[in-house]
Amino acid sequence: MSESPKFDFFKKDQEVSLREGFGRALVALGKAREDFFLFDADVAGGTGSKPFTDVFPERVIQFGIAEQNMMGAAAGFADTGLIPVVVGFGTFTIMRAHEQLRTAICYGNRNVKICCSHLGVDAGPDGATAQMIEDLATCRAIPGLKVMVPACANEIQPMFESVLNEPGPVYMRIGRSPAPVIYENPGLIKIGMADILREGEDVSIITCGSRVAAALKASKQLESDSISSRVINLRSIKPIDLDIIRSCCVKTGAIVTVEDHNIYGGLGSAVAEKIVQIEPVPVEIVGINDRFGCSGENYELFSKYHIDIEDIVTAVKKAYKRKKKQTGR
Amino acid sequence: MENNITILKEWAKRIRLESLNMINYCPAGHPGGSLSVADIMAVLYFSEVNVKPEEPLWPERDRVLLSKGHACVAQYAALGFKGFFDTAEFLKFRRIGGLLEGHPSVSIPGIDAPSGSLGLGLSQGLGMALGGRCAKKNFRVYVILGDGDMQEGATWEAIIAAGHHKVDNLCAILDYNKIQQGGRIEDIMNFSPVAEKISSFHWAVDEIDGHDCEQINVALKKARMQKGCPSFIIAHTIKGKGVSFMENQAKWHGTIALSDDEYKKALDEVGK
Repeated sequence: MSESPKFDFFKKDQEVSLREGFGRALVALGKAREDFFLFDADVAGGTGSKPFTDVFPERVIQFGIAEQNMMGAAAGFADTGLIPVVVGFGTFTIMRAHEQLRTAICYGNRNVKICCSHLGVDAGPDGATAQMIEDLATCRAIPGLKVMVPACANEIQPMFESVLNEPGPVYMRIGRSPAPVIYENPGLIKIGMADILREGEDVSIITCGSRVAAALKASKQLESDSISSRVINLRSIKPIDLDIIRSCCVKTGAIVTVEDHNIYGGLGSAVAEKIVQIEPVPVEIVGINDRFGCSGENYELFSKYHIDIEDIVTAVKKAYKRKKKQTGR
Repeated sequence: MENNITILKEWAKRIRLESLNMINYCPAGHPGGSLSVADIMAVLYFSEVNVKPEEPLWPERDRVLLSKGHACVAQYAALGFKGFFDTAEFLKFRRIGGLLEGHPSVSIPGIDAPSGSLGLGLSQGLGMALGGRCAKKNFRVYVILGDGDMQEGATWEAIIAAGHHKVDNLCAILDYNKIQQGGRIEDIMNFSPVAEKISSFHWAVDEIDGHDCEQINVALKKARMQKGCPSFIIAHTIKGKGVSFMENQAKWHGTIALSDDEYKKALDEVGK
């Protein structure tokens, strides 16, 4: 029988890597329930799962540097009713073993959780090889695969519990670099639900992951230009929170999406796909403009690839201007 | 024993006949590899594995994964004869509204894993075997590999890992007919010798005639007793076995429409 996990939250506004939060979530949930096993390709140190391997070595299955086999084995393992939690670097896991993820896990409807780090240019100095900027697009396109993105080291903890409780395959994106803790205690995270972090009237900023903190800063900065912006943490990319997206269209009439991901197929695409079908309003998509990343510190790369606070501010102004031109208000 | 083997041979014959029927009626499928795996299928389903057709997802069941999923008609025939589904489904193979997909799907009762893309089976079987160990269950896992599987890198990742983890509830059976879609494996991508490679990765290896039901039976029983390492049975087979004009011919790997005369000849030869 499982019991309620005792999460160990970080202090608000502290800069902490989501990997650290993931490690705490694994241990807290590992103590509360015995039904999940960690699948590791010898990257426990790099993904934040090391604390779990220290406390529960008997619940770790080592696959060595062989992610395709790890992903395929996870599909089979889930057949026994236990939950495999596949942990790895995004590119080497999601990308390398994409067919196993698609056919063995998702077509097989297996209850597998895939939790990856090193996504977007947030991955930093390792460079483009390790910076997967396509995961939201490729995972979103697989039938039945749910996609979750936590924004901070506290949010990831109850999110991981919800991921474990959700039947069927779920992919969760884990940030690598230190990021401000946004939620003191996020409470229960619901798959398919977004969170309104800031109310505003003129433009909505819809974002996820490391860009949530940047969007909050941009929103505050925009006050000096007398632009009131609503900030949404779209933590559930798939299923998407249609009600919140609709309310953003109706309430603010202009949208800016922000993501540390290629502009094709990610959060911006997911939001725009819905908007054109429910309530067309001007949409500006802030993301990596279809090019590979490079080495550098995460904050340097956010600026270089134009997904930083200033880029959000510019996009909000543009969206606002388009709205005014269209509606006259 | 003799009586049992006679029965198994009869099941193998029925699997071959039904495989030809499904492929001919569709008309599409993979006759060569379906005929080569028929005896292995017969012995597995009618002598070896512990399954409940009335409860396909029985948690304690032995698992059978056909990694060479293109030969699925042979498995469908065995599952239909076992009572996993209505045999009326046989002639709806590959058709919309039918149960039997062009390649194995878990939507079909008795199919334990999706396949059809080579190289996916052994990893999934390894995961099931590891899961059985962690969940303290006694079921066994059988993975049937084809020559194409042996050219996929993921299969070798699974071979390394299964040996490393000493997964003795896992048994791989290679339907080693030595011919792939485009020709002989030695011309396209030669992975021989097999036994030496596999045993060097800490597996118990057995080598048998894959059309001799008694040898298959004995090898499977031996594998069941094997402790401390997984078992690999190299079953030497003949592609298109049982139909003279198909035997050892790469062109019968995939779909070729049979003429009425060819179809009749094939059934006559297999039914003898």
